Amino acid sequence: MITLNINGRSHDVDVPPDMPVLWVLRDVIGLTGTKFGCGVAACGACTVHLEGQAIRSCVTPVGDVAGRPIITIEAIGQTSVGKKVQEAWVALDVPQCGYCQSGQIMSASALLASNAHPTDADIDTAMAGNICRCGTYRRIRAAIKAAQGAPVTGKGA
Amino acid sequence: MTPLSRRQFVEVLSAAGGGLLLGYRTDEGRRAASTAATAATLGPTPPAFAPNAFIHIGTDGAITLIMPQVEMGQGMYTSMPMLLAEELEVGLDQVQLEHAPPNDKLYANPLFGIQMTGASSSVRAMYGPLRKAGAVARQLLVAAAAQTWGVDPASCRARKGVVTHVATGRTLGYGALADKAATLPVPAEVTLKDPKDFTLIGTPAKRLDTPSKVNGTAQFSIDVRLPGLKIATVAASPVLGGKVASLDDSTAKAIPGVRQIVRLDDLVAVVGDHMWAAKLGLAALTIRWDDGPNGKLSTEDVVQGLDAASREPGVIARKQGAPDSALSGAAQRIEAVYQVPFLAHAALEPANCTVHVRKDGCEVWTGSQVLSRVQATAAQVTGFPLDKVVVHNHLLGGAFGRRLEFDIETLAVRVAKQVEGPVKVVWTREEDIQHDVYRPYYYDRVAAGLNSRGRPVAWTHRLVGPAILARWAPPVFKNGIDNDGVDGAVHLVYDIPAIQVEYLRHEEPVVNTGFWRGVGVTHNMFVIESFIDELSAASKQDPVAFRRALLGKSPRAMAVLDLAAKESGWGTPLPPGQGRGVALLYSGWDTYLAQVAEVEVTNSSEVRVRRIVCAVDCGTIVNPDIVKAQIEGAVVYGISGALWGQITLKNGRVQESNFYDYRVLRINETPPIEVHLVRNNETPGGIGEPGTAATAPALSNAIFAATGHRLRKLPLEPELALAAGKT
Repeated sequence: MITLNINGRSHDVDVPPDMPVLWVLRDVIGLTGTKFGCGVAACGACTVHLEGQAIRSCVTPVGDVAGRPIITIEAIGQTSVGKKVQEAWVALDVPQCGYCQSGQIMSASALLASNAHPTDADIDTAMAGNICRCGTYRRIRAAIKAAQGAPVTGKGA
Repeated sequence: MTPLSRRQFVEVLSAAGGGLLLGYRTDEGRRAASTAATAATLGPTPPAFAPNAFIHIGTDGAITLIMPQVEMGQGMYTSMPMLLAEELEVGLDQVQLEHAPPNDKLYANPLFGIQMTGASSSVRAMYGPLRKAGAVARQLLVAAAAQTWGVDPASCRARKGVVTHVATGRTLGYGALADKAATLPVPAEVTLKDPKDFTLIGTPAKRLDTPSKVNGTAQFSIDVRLPGLKIATVAASPVLGGKVASLDDSTAKAIPGVRQIVRLDDLVAVVGDHMWAAKLGLAALTIRWDDGPNGKLSTEDVVQGLDAASREPGVIARKQGAPDSALSGAAQRIEAVYQVPFLAHAALEPANCTVHVRKDGCEVWTGSQVLSRVQATAAQVTGFPLDKVVVHNHLLGGAFGRRLEFDIETLAVRVAKQVEGPVKVVWTREEDIQHDVYRPYYYDRVAAGLNSRGRPVAWTHRLVGPAILARWAPPVFKNGIDNDGVDGAVHLVYDIPAIQVEYLRHEEPVVNTGFWRGVGVTHNMFVIESFIDELSAASKQDPVAFRRALLGKSPRAMAVLDLAAKESGWGTPLPPGQGRGVALLYSGWDTYLAQVAEVEVTNSSEVRVRRIVCAVDCGTIVNPDIVKAQIEGAVVYGISGALWGQITLKNGRVQESNFYDYRVLRINETPPIEVHLVRNNETPGGIGEPGTAATAPALSNAIFAATGHRLRKLPLEPELALAAGKT
């Protein structure tokens, strides 16, 4: 039995310690907002926060995170940064299909929590691991800037 | 007043639980039968009245639109209710949406005659029908209020779901009027709004699906949870047509959480308590495959087959003037061969489908562009009649044409037949990439003649490749012509006196092939707009000026070209190693798009896209922000495909497997993408795909401008490295 701290709640799960956090969240606990995209940390759809850092849950063994605080997309709006990011995403209508956006928002809020005024280069570094096949990247960049209070020059700008 | 013609039905139906239920059907979308690639009746002959969508107004005032068009990112769950709300006089926030169940008779796309979402058709198909349905409902509700008060309906106004008698200020909400409205005769004519009075259509209304897509609550089919649900993952034969020769599952069965191994002719699935157990189980299997006849084939074999076929004439898809004599009499003759590779869709939501086969029926949870076909395949596989197969649709985590196929659901139902209880079959990314229904490899021969002043006098274009429509929509495949495959070629927008377009169907069944974003137009545009650029270079003219001279008969095309040139700073100098390229698009989507790409080529032949400028005339715009988003996203999808995208075959096996070897564009590689919209009241055109279709030629032409290398094969970056290595 492994005890996990997810979104401030404790969960006891009877799973092998090498099982990736992604599948524990989705298939055992039932938090399906965190997405499966590639299984090899190449797309970022599975991004969650571990002690405030963005990690790829598809390659993180659950045994390594026992007891350590994990935040998922379902609770990111309860943090002040996460809430601002979600609001900016809504204001700029960032999502299209929406499948990657949980991971995008988790990466963006981890970036802004550690760096309140990221440069374009900072955004590139923090977000390059998150694929969006609908191609919403321009709006993601604009929304990250909007979430930190920079003037928004228009959608997709 | 717009009369409701015999072919545009709106009818009041009896609503369980009361309220006003409107069904409507129209064939008006088929007006474009001569131009729309696949416009023909694919479904059965419609009965006298079969509404193809429903609007329900409850006695509580709740307005529900049952959505025949699915949401896969393209904004249908916003633009469709906008059409209804505009004429019904309700706020967009008052309309609730439900996914339609499978039913071709009720929910057919008017352009195609079957229930499908794709081909950039939703707004084109539904612009008239949804507005008319909204207007009829509004007229009935106003009439119900006027009767209640004993006043002239003309003295009443409807706004925000409330009817007001203007003179007295009395009001009644739609909910209170719904039952009475349902008893009134459907008006023979309805008044549609003058576009100048639109309050919603043409505005950047917020997407209705955004809130659920930023907090993890949006439900994709992969998110389905059911009591007792098992998770399965699958290994299908790595070679198309191959079979399982032998299977050793002893190790897999011993893995905790693995519940069952399903062996079928051509695949093995491992069923577990969760995806991790299923994945471990799959990895622990020893499967020996009998590859069958395709086990030795490679991409080179496919290309050889296409090349050999391309030496014979095809079926004439368009002919004007005397191309043969015009070509032989031309002052200068230019010929080229263009090729585009197999492409995977790589939607971010991997292929998945959940199925529960019971004794007396079957239930399917999926995200499909062709819901009625999903129901039909599930019925066929299980042997149940259609009415025993329930299909639940979901938001699609991208599709790009992939979910116009139902192979995913077919496979899932085959597996589920062997499993007790519900099972969610989830493809790994590797399995998803290696068992896609790929954009075909196409091989085109083009030739043109220029007169002594460098103006084109002849244009011939022979396209060789599979006929997707012959498989996907057999009734539409007529006279040997795949109307989708040649769409952009037959709609050549340039005024050239002699034109011939030939299509030669050639199937190389080593992989399954199907539609990919931009469909036929995407591969057509790479050929046409690259070759036009070759002609402009041969005649030593500027690429924009050369095109302009051929657009005298197409003012809308010239206008978008001029706008894109102006906004991109066309003609202003760029540093060495950089270049601009232009592409102009027109096709059966009835949208005009000009794109200017600005690229930088590094010493190691890497291509960096610096800027994209698009000018778009898609006629009447329902939601300009969604139009912009579609162009922005389609360009990103197009850049990935143009620079790097290719699926290659060796020993019958797809070599690519995940995002590390099927490269797609990332945020740090994404250039500024500017979209300039032309506003007018022309008929709405398609918008989901044109951005993708124009991107490859714009990039290739920019690379030519930067380097002098003319690339006639995709993907561009490896071709450029080859070309640069030779010089």
